[in-house]
Amino acid sequence: MNKAKMPLGFLQSGCEGTVKEMHGGNNMCRRLAGLGITCGSRVRVISNNAGGPLILSVKESRLALGRGMALKIMVEEG
Amino acid sequence: MSFRFALVGNPNSGKTSLFNEITGNTQYVGNWPGVTVEKKEGRAKKIKDDVKIIDLPGIYSLSPYTLEEIIARDYLVDEKPDVVINIIDATNIERNLYLTTQLVELGLPVVIALNMMDEVEAAEDKIDIDALAKSLGIPIIPTIATKGRGVNELMQKSLQIAQTAAVGSTTGKSLDIFNKGIGKYISETESALAAHLQDIPFNPRWVALKLLEGDLKIIDRLNLPGKLLQEIGQRRDMLEEEYGSDAETIIADTRYDFISGIVKKTIERKRSQGALSTSDKIDKVVTNRLLAIPLFLAVMFVVFKITFGALGSFTIDWVDVLINETIAGTISGWLEAAGATEWLYALIIDGILAGLSSILVFVPQIMILFLFLAFLEDSGYMARAAFIMDRLFKRLGLSGKSFIPMLMGFGCSVPAIMATRTLENEKDRRLTIILTPFMSCGAKLPIYALFAGAFFANNQSLVVFSVYLLGIVIAILSGIILRKTVLKGEPAPFLMELPPYRIPTGKGLLIHMWDRGKAFIKKAGTVIFAAAVFIWFFQTFDFSLKMVEDPANSILGVIGRGIAPIFSPLGFGDWKSAVAIFTGLLAKEAVVTTMGILHGLGEVTESSTSLIGAMQTYFTPLKAYAFMAFTLLYMPCIAAFGVIKREMNSWKWTWFAVGFQTAVAWLVAFVIYQVGSLLGF
Repeated sequence: MNKAKMPLGFLQSGCEGTVKEMHGGNNMCRRLAGLGITCGSRVRVISNNAGGPLILSVKESRLALGRGMALKIMVEEG
Repeated sequence: MSFRFALVGNPNSGKTSLFNEITGNTQYVGNWPGVTVEKKEGRAKKIKDDVKIIDLPGIYSLSPYTLEEIIARDYLVDEKPDVVINIIDATNIERNLYLTTQLVELGLPVVIALNMMDEVEAAEDKIDIDALAKSLGIPIIPTIATKGRGVNELMQKSLQIAQTAAVGSTTGKSLDIFNKGIGKYISETESALAAHLQDIPFNPRWVALKLLEGDLKIIDRLNLPGKLLQEIGQRRDMLEEEYGSDAETIIADTRYDFISGIVKKTIERKRSQGALSTSDKIDKVVTNRLLAIPLFLAVMFVVFKITFGALGSFTIDWVDVLINETIAGTISGWLEAAGATEWLYALIIDGILAGLSSILVFVPQIMILFLFLAFLEDSGYMARAAFIMDRLFKRLGLSGKSFIPMLMGFGCSVPAIMATRTLENEKDRRLTIILTPFMSCGAKLPIYALFAGAFFANNQSLVVFSVYLLGIVIAILSGIILRKTVLKGEPAPFLMELPPYRIPTGKGLLIHMWDRGKAFIKKAGTVIFAAAVFIWFFQTFDFSLKMVEDPANSILGVIGRGIAPIFSPLGFGDWKSAVAIFTGLLAKEAVVTTMGILHGLGEVTESSTSLIGAMQTYFTPLKAYAFMAFTLLYMPCIAAFGVIKREMNSWKWTWFAVGFQTAVAWLVAFVIYQVGSLLGF
């Protein structure tokens, strides 16, 4: 089954996904790579409140990620 | 022999603890001068050889796109330390190794300090250290930097490697990160490079990789011929075509693939990734959409309530009695016994002692405030404050990350302005530098304590809390205005790591508190001491160097009367306030010192109570509040001015910053006084 891709920002608290595409431009990708987010990374949303930044669990750390960025990262839920 | 070891690692991996543990922390730790400070240097203790330890800024990767990364990378490639000690947070190996894979490529000998092993043990995770070291081809020493464990072994190993390297044996094996496909492109670039340039000052394979990635800094530095750049560009296009992505992404992904392959074989985590930890549960409450901001305000209010409440007042009275009765009494006894002349007596008792005591009484209070700030920072709450504020700051054109330097501004603007280096974007940095001094620093605390004590005795903590809030509100409003005018643009997207909550250790808190607080005691002994003598002298003599009867005719009196009219519309147009504002440019504590000397004139062994009495004849509560608002916001002290100049790296921006701050201060105080008067306060 081919699962649909959606922006990371749409993932609810407690959901997990795999990063498939990153559309933020080089600079953003570079910073995300340093913090452990690249294509193929597993992410889990710890908290996602409308309008504010998200808290993610990536590898063994917790990241705060602005909503604008979270909408440019496409993930596959599950 | 003498060696240089560089400490490199992710932020929050325990680098500073390790640095202190190796150097003993009693060693001289100096900030290097110049634009690129923030590297610390120390000397290793307990070792016969002469080993210099260089603590580089915490970084996540070696790409040259933030100031810290540039500082760290330039040091490594230009200065070529004998050994690179890579500190890795053992609870987060996978992410930390991303930097390691890049360090290895520089061709310098690397040793890994696998830190925070106690937390790994507590979580019952298993790490096969030998296998990990073997897969990476790098020696690994497990450490617990906070307890000093493993530090000797680490130094012995580093020394051994440095000595082997010094006699010329090969170092810096490259890791087998890239598969044949990508590896081919790198090797080809390397050969093309070798054909054009005989003498490359860096490791050729690393340069090849950087060129393939399109690293502009390296391209600029090597001054390569256009033909070669074109050739490399073609190769990059082919790589991108073959792998269907851009070169940087391909390389980053490959690194993580390599790392995750190793991690799978060598590490067994008991808790599954993403399971909710205690920190996550706390965050559910602390960062809750509705609770977050009220909770933040409540925390800050409690801090001020305690600092300025009964405990704070008690310490003030205690120090006051100590200095103004016990010490001043003893010294005046000596002076009388020794038959000191009138002017010497006046200089020591009315000048130096009155000036110093007006500041020293507040030192315990400053320490209490710093203890709370240390607690909030060390526990991990401050990082959450940035997270909470992002929602608000984003609308104002700033990223939540700007809130961290601003919070540090509650301690002192100097390190706070330096902390703006963590911001990625030039305009964000400039804006944050301009706004940070609006956060009330520790040196301004005595001003509020004095005025709030004199005019708002029943609501001291509430009034001081409101002054701090005023600073935040003015910063926010200024941010909006500046973003719409001189600093147009979007803030860099918000992205930061949230450290896990930790219960701060008593020792850590005291070190942190003392580290900040000692500056104030030192200042009292130097700048404030000099200012006290200076102020006393110029308010005692007139321009023909005769002692004056009425200080209003003294040198300071004349100057003060000259500038006082500027402040008349703000409610404090007397010459003493004007002088205090002027001397406050040396150091903000000098505002209080000046008040102490100018208002307390000629009364030996008087206590602060009579200073308050003297001030009550000059000020009303409304005027006092306008004065506090002005001193909160106007141009920062000379030390902060120097740092603003250095960090802005432009006189134009520096003068704009302090001009803007002073104009805002005048306007806000004007509005407070005029509106307040109209309302009948």
